[in-house]
This record gives sequence, structure tokens and C-alpha cells, in this order.
Amino acid sequence: MSEHEYTPKSKVGKWFNDRLPLLTLANHLTDYPTPKNLNYWWTFGGILTFCLITQIVTGLVLAMHYIAHADMAFQSVEHIMRDVNYGWLIRYIHANGASMFFLAVYIHIFRSLFYGSYKSPREVIWIIGIIIYLLMMAAAFLGYVLPWGQMSFWGATVITNLFSAIPLVGEGIVTWLWGGYSVDNPTLTRFFTLHYLIPFLILGLVVLHIWALHVPGNNNPIGIDIKKPSKDTVPFHPYIVIKDGFALLMFMIVFAFFVFYTPNILGHADNYIEANPLVTPAHIVPEWYLLPFYAILRSVPDKLLGVIAMLSAILILAALPWLDTSKIRSAVFRPLYKQFYWILVADVLILGYVGAMPAEGLYLLVARIATAYYFLHFLVVLPVLGFKERTTPVPLSITEPILGGSPNLAAVKKKDSFKDQ
Amino acid sequence: MSEKKTNRRDFLFTATYAVGAVGAGAVVWPMIDQMNPDASVKALASTEVDVSTVNPGKTITVLWRGKPVFIRRRTPEEIAEAKSVKIEDLKHPEKDEDRAQNPEWLVMLGVCTHLGCVPLDQKGDYNGWFCPCHGSHYDTSGRIRKGPAPTNMEIPEYKFVDANTIKIG
Repeated sequence: MSEHEYTPKSKVGKWFNDRLPLLTLANHLTDYPTPKNLNYWWTFGGILTFCLITQIVTGLVLAMHYIAHADMAFQSVEHIMRDVNYGWLIRYIHANGASMFFLAVYIHIFRSLFYGSYKSPREVIWIIGIIIYLLMMAAAFLGYVLPWGQMSFWGATVITNLFSAIPLVGEGIVTWLWGGYSVDNPTLTRFFTLHYLIPFLILGLVVLHIWALHVPGNNNPIGIDIKKPSKDTVPFHPYIVIKDGFALLMFMIVFAFFVFYTPNILGHADNYIEANPLVTPAHIVPEWYLLPFYAILRSVPDKLLGVIAMLSAILILAALPWLDTSKIRSAVFRPLYKQFYWILVADVLILGYVGAMPAEGLYLLVARIATAYYFLHFLVVLPVLGFKERTTPVPLSITEPILGGSPNLAAVKKKDSFKDQ
Repeated sequence: MSEKKTNRRDFLFTATYAVGAVGAGAVVWPMIDQMNPDASVKALASTEVDVSTVNPGKTITVLWRGKPVFIRRRTPEEIAEAKSVKIEDLKHPEKDEDRAQNPEWLVMLGVCTHLGCVPLDQKGDYNGWFCPCHGSHYDTSGRIRKGPAPTNMEIPEYKFVDANTIKIG
């Protein structure tokens, strides 16, 4: 793991480190060589770690007051809001924290898409990331059910019914998920258990995500392989720690704005009505971070195909390292990809917008076009672009465009050998 | 190692794996099956409803197995409309006679077959039900006519115990 041997200075430290090399690990993390041109889009990894810890800590506290029972869950949430000391604050942080978590993860994912961070040799980091993203969606959905309001109940009904689209065994699976013939108390208690479990699974995967990252090292805005350590790198501490810390403070301002000024703007008023199995709210809309996929689900007129399209829209991301055939990572040197990238961003935003609107008329038409384009981007545009696109010259090192020459002698030799051919 | 293709040790490995797999399955199954409906849920399987107060053109909704059941006393126009539909025009072809034992009374699960929402009464393009979640339209017989739902609304097992009482389940 470490590029150089580390020996603790103190005798006690050495004694302990020989038995459990925690100090070597700490040294690896602080001295870890990072590209010196990392921009602020790279600070979202740290921000996401903060989000995960925030959700776990506030969630633990909420679980001390919440009661997972169909007759008491709604009241216990109101009890948290009204009676528990600072309960309102902790719950608002947890509820808005989910939105902040997704905001950060979307920026993190689109950073990766722009700078080609998913490409070789970082495919495993990327796939672990997609699994984390799937688990985040599961955790968010399960958590949204717990207050047992109208949106909780009907959201749970709609999402679990997605499984009924599976031929033959679908209905049996749904009954099994519910523990009954409808969403009810057995469903609530198991959702609470799983909601409690998933963050710890995510935590474990985050460790693997970072471990896998530390094998090839960070990608960077110009997407070239850099030698580490070299003149192109700086130690993680203090350089990146300070930069991440500053970005985190900026992020916390946004977070605090939502918690203190508009704590309910991202939720639905219907969820302050207790669950009623006899009345479906007039507009069932998922949380904003699931809307693009919801739009894809609704744009397909067939039940099973709609579910398949929605799942494929997420799972297609896992195949991205092989669908993108371009050897150049960063969009900085890919003039055409850069344009398609922004079209994709617009496409996803449009899907999100129509996902919140009723599925009829013009909205439905737009949703269908945007869905078709989403798949076209990954299945046609990206594979073809790798062969057709004329990329602009990629510098040999981070310092080369500014200082000329390269600190990376091996790369210079490689460039010269290309010239000879 | 010997050149023989299979030997005693291979047999022992295979036998051990097989017995191990059966043992693991026996341990895993209770863990999976515990999530299925339990005895107390299954015990609430039937319910009796007094329908003497329901006038023509009205629907009552009762809860059965945690799900709403619509009991609608249909008007003669609605019955005529339901019977006049050509069977070829239906996405899920079912005759009205097969859905309502007594044409005046339509008893069905008030659950949209798309993703399980409760459709709204007397709404939609076919004067029957309309599901607000994803826009499925049902006719006066509860049959799917337009929208993403794959099948007609389900008819539960029910019978008239007497003229004014329906037993569902």
C-alpha cells in the first residue's frame, strides 16, 4: 500500500505498529500523494463521507425515540418533533441530510463522467460506487417509509409493487416483502431493520471504494497517468485536507440553509397525514433524487418493460467503463464528448422535471424522448465517439503546459518514441 | 498425484459439498420464510359486510386483508355500458357477467393492478375508476381501458350470505 517504509519515532509506537500497523496506515493516508491540479469537484468524496457520518449519528439518535409500529410510528415522529429535546433539529438534519447526500453524490458521479474517472484502471472503484449509490437509494426509500405518513405508505406500496411485474413469481415476492397482503405493520418493522443495516453496509463499501482508489491513485482534471510521488503530486495532508475542509464548510452552509430556513421544502405535505390504506394521495411523487428514474418508469406504457427500463437506466452505469471506448479520460481534450456530456446533464434534469409532473400529454412525450436519449447516450453515442472523435493533444504531465518539459522522464521517452515511429 | 480422473478423495469432496449445501439450505429457509405472512395475518382472511344502506350509484369501501374492496351498486346505465363493450376492444378481455355475479353489485379489490394505488371512483374517460398515480382508466366493470395497468381490477372471492350481506374471502 505505502510507497515508502514508515517507522514510528517513539518506542511505544514502534512496538504497537509492529503488532498492528495502524500508524503505517495513518501515515499512508496523510502522506498520500495526490495530483496537485485537483479542483473543487474533487472535494465531494470528503463531503460524502461527512454526509454518511451525519446520517449514521443522527439516525442512531432518532432510533432512540422512534417506535417501529404501524399504530405508533406516526405519533412517535411527532413526539420527536415536539417533545424530545432538540428532536426537531436532529430529525430535520436527518431528513434534509438525505437530500444533501444525494446532491453530493450526483455531483460526484457527474464529476466522474466529465473527467473519465470510471475508465481503466479505475473500473472497480466505479462499480463499488454504483453499488453504494444503489444502497443509498434503498436506504432513502426505506427511511422515507418509517414516519408512516400517507407518502410513506403509498410510496412503499408503489415501489414494492414494482416486483409484481416479474412473471410468475412476482406476486409471491411482493407478499413475501410485505409479510402480509398489503403494506402493514410487518412491512414497517422489517423496513426499519433494513434501514438501520444499510448505512453500515455502505460504510464498509466506502472503505473498499477508498482502498481501490489508493491503488492507482486519484484521477485528475487532465485525466493523465501521473507518477506518484513526483513534482505533479502534493501530500494529502495538509494540501487536500484544507481544500476539502473549505469545500465542506461551503457545503454545510447550504445544508444549514435547508435545515433552518426551509426544512420541509424537499418533502411532501401529504406525509404529515397519517397512513391510510383506503385513500391514495392525488399526486404520488417520489423524492426529488429519484425523479429521473421515476420518469423513465412512467414513460414506458408496459408494466414489466417500464420496470426493466428503470432498472437498466441505473445498471447501465456499471457497464460504462466498457461502453466508453475512448482512451482519453478527461472531457477537456474531447471536444465532441464535452458537448454530449452537457446534453446528458440537460437530459437528466429534464427527466427529473417531467418525473414530478403528471404523466400525460406533452410531459409524457418529453419523458419518452428524454428516456430514449438517455439510453442512446450510453449505448450509441459513447461507443461510437471513441472511434470517431478527434481529440486534442494531451499534455505529458500536469506541469508541462505551464513550465514546459516534463518531470516525468519515462513519459518524455515514450513521447519521443512515438515521434520516431 | 495420480493420473486417475476420479478417486476416493474427489468422491468425498463432492459428497461433503452436497451434504453441506443441504444443511445450509435448511438453515437459510427459516430465515427467508419468516418474512412470509404469519399465522395472525392469515387468520384475518374473511369479512362480512352489510350493504342494505347502499343506494344505486353509490360505492362503499371496506378493508379486507389490509386492502380496500369497492362494493358498488351500479345504476342501470352503468350496467348497460359495461355490457355493451365489445370484448375485442378490451386489453384484458373479460365479460361483465363473469365479473359481477349479480349485475347490480360490483365487488372488486380497489387496487390498481399497475402499482397498487387506490383508484378514484367516478373518474376517468370511461365513467368508472381512475388511478391518480400513473393514469390508468377503468370502466364501469372495473376493466382496464387505458393506461399502464396490465389487467382488470381483481374480483375477490365473495358470496351473498343473504340479500343484504356480502361475505368477502
